[in-house]
Amino acid sequence: MSEENLVVLDGVSKFYGDVTAVDDVSISIKQGEFLVLLGPSGSGKTTILSMMGGFTIPSAGRVLISGEDVTEVPPAARPTVTVFQDYALFPHMNVRENVSFGLLMRKVPKQKRIKLADESLEKVGLKGFADRGIHQLSGGQRQRVALARAIAVEPAVLLLDEPLGALDLKIRQQMQEELVQLKKNLHATFVHVTHDQEEAMSIADNIVLINHGKIEDYGPPERIYLRPATLFSAKFMGETNIIDAKIVARENQQFTLRTQFGQFQLPDDGKPGSTRYVALRPEQIKLGTEQDSDAVFGLGQAKVVEVIFHGTHKLCHLRCGENMETKLLLRLSPDHSVANGEILHLHARKSDAVILAV
Amino acid sequence: MNDSWLKKSPFYGYIGLALAFIYLPVIVLVIFSFQDGVLPVPPFNGPSLQWYEKMFENERLVDSLFNSVAVAVLSSLLTTIIGFLAAYGMAKRRIRFAGGIRFLLMAPLTVSYLIIGIGLLITLNIFGVSKSLFAVGIGHAVINLPLCFAIIYSQFGDHMSNIDAAARDLGASDFQTMTRVIAPIMKPAIFAAFCLSATLSWDEFIIALLLSRFEVTLPVIIFEMLRAGLTPEVNAAGTVVFAISFTAVTIAAAVMFLGMRKDNE
Repeated sequence: MSEENLVVLDGVSKFYGDVTAVDDVSISIKQGEFLVLLGPSGSGKTTILSMMGGFTIPSAGRVLISGEDVTEVPPAARPTVTVFQDYALFPHMNVRENVSFGLLMRKVPKQKRIKLADESLEKVGLKGFADRGIHQLSGGQRQRVALARAIAVEPAVLLLDEPLGALDLKIRQQMQEELVQLKKNLHATFVHVTHDQEEAMSIADNIVLINHGKIEDYGPPERIYLRPATLFSAKFMGETNIIDAKIVARENQQFTLRTQFGQFQLPDDGKPGSTRYVALRPEQIKLGTEQDSDAVFGLGQAKVVEVIFHGTHKLCHLRCGENMETKLLLRLSPDHSVANGEILHLHARKSDAVILAV
Repeated sequence: MNDSWLKKSPFYGYIGLALAFIYLPVIVLVIFSFQDGVLPVPPFNGPSLQWYEKMFENERLVDSLFNSVAVAVLSSLLTTIIGFLAAYGMAKRRIRFAGGIRFLLMAPLTVSYLIIGIGLLITLNIFGVSKSLFAVGIGHAVINLPLCFAIIYSQFGDHMSNIDAAARDLGASDFQTMTRVIAPIMKPAIFAAFCLSATLSWDEFIIALLLSRFEVTLPVIIFEMLRAGLTPEVNAAGTVVFAISFTAVTIAAAVMFLGMRKDNE
């Protein structure tokens, strides 16, 4: 365990009766890192965050912050502050009173409290809102007040529990950028929980993908998107094509995979006869006939059944394979003209294909 | 006259009958408190305030009025505090047997006041507490606790547990979380519970009769006056009881309504 890790979860689990909410999860977070816990609802990601914040005590394993075992230390005694999904603002206090509450509890003198609270509000873009009531604010503004209240006490780690979930798309995207900026300015460490993989990819230094309480994938967004570790990871991180395959031969380190598009050789480590899945993102499928080679494999012909225009691209639903029954997704540039019923020739680069066991 | 009014007239008629059924006795009581004569029966002669004058000259009655106020306020304070603490505890923590505890807290609602009164009489006797206004206050706290608990508990939503967690996370102690955050937010429910509890205590007769001796509350005095015979003075006393109850309930309802509307904004 290196010393620069600020927060370490060391094999934590949480059981509720017979139900396993979190199953042997280990995560190391560096000082200044923006980590995103990503997963479908009910996957256990919020429970993991709550263990870092001290609201849930793990059934097994340890939580370390700055090398110290804080597994059973209460929330207030940890250098963490949690921003709750519903913001949990105090409705009977105005904005300034909310933001300075943590300072008041730390017995900071009044003048300094006001100064620090107003500074925090400025950092989240709410200068001049200090005297407003909580009921007078929009959802996005309440979100900012919750952030300001958390950063006012200068936590080493800010824990964000789906903080953008209740906001509409435009404000959400704006807040994503602001969160990244805020983290840079504060030199703090952020842990953010979300079920939105696009949000995760746009803000994270590292993503921990959780499913059924276990880590499915853990790494930088680019790696997880382009080289997912598991089938679940490939499917969860965005639209993808999953092609069934089987290892049919092995010669030195060359494996031959058979799929309905023919056989090609790809690196693998399995036994002949094992089942594999080949994952290809819609934008990794290319147009045109190419000879199979060391770099490229052909996907044959496909018929266009539907084209959906997305502005930044066109998403084509294709049917291919021997009986024209296999579905494929293809992404084309928005100015590419393509019609329903058209026959396309497809290929892909071997280096783009991800071979997955289960 | 248009059609829609005609169609709706049975509906309004029905509501009118229902309201008359509920309020006619009270209205009659109030009207005959202004009777100019010795009997509170038709025909109505008046109006006159002579019975109110007579009532306020009746020292025993005025004393009992203040006794009633004192019992109502003090017993309701006690009930509201215990009810709030119980509701906060039940809402905040996952407790074992939470359902059972809730049931035990609410169950006294179903027991008749007479039974509770007799039980208290025996229990207080064992502990050497003699019949007094103090005993009446304890009795009223016992009967009003379920209601206070229910009203306050109903206003603890899921968002309150996050607010509680947030306050602790920011460094507030248990006591600070309760006094600076939770209680102020719950103020409308707490105040409404207090008003309703005070109203019920103010009106309550059976327990007050069983547990008091020399100093009594207003309903007990009214009962004594009734035994002596019907006079408009009883109506005047009843009108005062009704007016004060009505005001307290109206305030409680308004506070609850406004408090909830603010939350839903």
